[in-house]
Amino acid sequence: MATLNTAANFSDPDKRYFRAFSPGDDFYEALIDAHRELSDAQSALLNARLILLLANHIGDLNVLREALSIAREDV
Amino acid sequence: MLSTYGHPQYAYVPPAELRAGATRRYAVVVVGAGPVGLAAAIDLAQRGTPVLLLDDDDTVSVGSRGICYAKRALEVLDRLGVGDGCVAKGVSWNVGRTFFRDDEVYNFQLLSQPDHKRPGMINLQQYYLEEFLVKRAQELPLVDLRWKNRVVAVCQSDDRVTLQVETPDGVYALETDWLIAADGARSSLRRMLNLEVEGKVFMDRFLIADVVMKADFPAERWFWFDPPFHRGQSVLLHRQPDNVWRIDFQLGWQADPEEEKKPEHVIPRIKAMLGDDRQFDLEWVSVYTFQCRRMRDFRHRRVLFVGDAAHQVSPFGARGANSGIQDADNLIWKLNLVLDGTAPETLLDSYAEERELAADENLMNSTRSTEFITPGSSASLTFRNAVLSLAGRYPFARALVNSGRLSVPSVLEGSSLNTPDSECFRGEMIPGAPMDDAPLREAGHELWLLDAVRDRFMLLCYVDTPAAVDATTLAALAPLGAAPVAVEVVLVAARDGVAPGGLRVLEDSAGRYAERYDARNGTAYLVRPDQHVSARWRTIDSERVLAALARAIGRV
Repeated sequence: MATLNTAANFSDPDKRYFRAFSPGDDFYEALIDAHRELSDAQSALLNARLILLLANHIGDLNVLREALSIAREDV
Repeated sequence: MLSTYGHPQYAYVPPAELRAGATRRYAVVVVGAGPVGLAAAIDLAQRGTPVLLLDDDDTVSVGSRGICYAKRALEVLDRLGVGDGCVAKGVSWNVGRTFFRDDEVYNFQLLSQPDHKRPGMINLQQYYLEEFLVKRAQELPLVDLRWKNRVVAVCQSDDRVTLQVETPDGVYALETDWLIAADGARSSLRRMLNLEVEGKVFMDRFLIADVVMKADFPAERWFWFDPPFHRGQSVLLHRQPDNVWRIDFQLGWQADPEEEKKPEHVIPRIKAMLGDDRQFDLEWVSVYTFQCRRMRDFRHRRVLFVGDAAHQVSPFGARGANSGIQDADNLIWKLNLVLDGTAPETLLDSYAEERELAADENLMNSTRSTEFITPGSSASLTFRNAVLSLAGRYPFARALVNSGRLSVPSVLEGSSLNTPDSECFRGEMIPGAPMDDAPLREAGHELWLLDAVRDRFMLLCYVDTPAAVDATTLAALAPLGAAPVAVEVVLVAARDGVAPGGLRVLEDSAGRYAERYDARNGTAYLVRPDQHVSARWRTIDSERVLAALARAIGRV
């Protein structure tokens, strides 16, 4: 049974990275850029759509349930 | 006045031009005796080139400027003769800790590998670095360092740059073949040449408090997001020499800089952080904003911009002075080859190409750190806090925590000076990479690779045993003696021994060279005077070495 991967896992097959932090930073910048110029309500909608897209891509409900449970910890 | 440091006052000497009246012609003039201008002047003089260094002041930097000098800058400073002094005075550190609200969520080691000469970072007040560099410059007869000499006009034609220089005794003119503009973020040369610098100002203010106190906190970088003693903002703590501690409080854009600087506002902030019982004295307080921007072109014909004059970044990551010192390191060997006629003037375009790329990398990383530390929107703040709340338990989130990606040298991948690999290599030492250090032994003495490789091109030939180097190999190396620029051939050997032909032998005593350079018998690296890899091969072939060398000096 697949489990949720919580190790650093970002990569770009088209790019050679020299620093371990760079692929994650690339993702984070893209994520923040996606929210630029949006209102809070629009940002919330973007996030919801993003989660649905990614959840469908992952597909495995056991993995998704584990992620949901971690995401809710201490919230 | 600072209680822990007395600023030297350097003597102004009326320039000979004022008495003689005639306009003198120089090969190189450097404007600005900060760390970058001093590094450039010292490097030129060490290479035998006379240099005139002008500064509008007569002392070292005042107040809280740069404090963090990274491993790569220290390696350059070693070559300039001040590395030991800086490290002896500075506070070395490798560990950074990050806190979110009440808890530590993450810590990092700057230097992930053992067996490097220099630590990941030292903290040292900028005035010490400048003082050590001035002392070194004054030891070099080829550096003509003139205090209280302010450039008030600049004009360039095809074959020269003409400057008007103001002194306490009047104005004089001089001409130079090349001008290095190291006159800082508010570069007056840039302004006088009507050149733009493009980028953005960040809408936030930070309070710097340098305090003197006795404290036994470890020599580490501590960074807080939203701590209980400074809600909603960030705080950074760094240890400096002389029991001086740098505390950096994020204030927000609305803060009034004049009010915030007053002791009655600063002291309660520090007491909230350190507790009421801790005795301390304020050494320096200032409020700053910052910009992330750079000039489009670092070379304008005969004027070469270096350091903050060319590019400015946010302070998170210590990428300002560190990248400026690397600018000088990249430029000076090239300028020297152009001056002695070995390389074409177009080699200087590669300075701009390589350092503009490095500046972009520094700007990108420091802009990203700034977005994480001072989120620009509520969505960005939500993500930032989500990352921090996961970072304690989940490794992927720790990797996203960005309290400053600390200065490391750029890999000059894709530079026009590199010769691409034609054979297979593993590891990081690709053409364009800054060289990794390694402990070696020469004739029974320990030394570091980066202390052995300096000031000139070198061909590092790895062999299992020096004695096995045969006549064929020596014959293959012979044509390098006729190269347009000197190349020192050195054997790096798995085992000690004596090489035929009087070749210098460096023993890879800990095996780190073989490991880091993926070297095996016959592997050769051509390395540049600034300790970047030019080219590498699995066998020694002087024709390929000569071709790579020609490319590395812009002759292709």
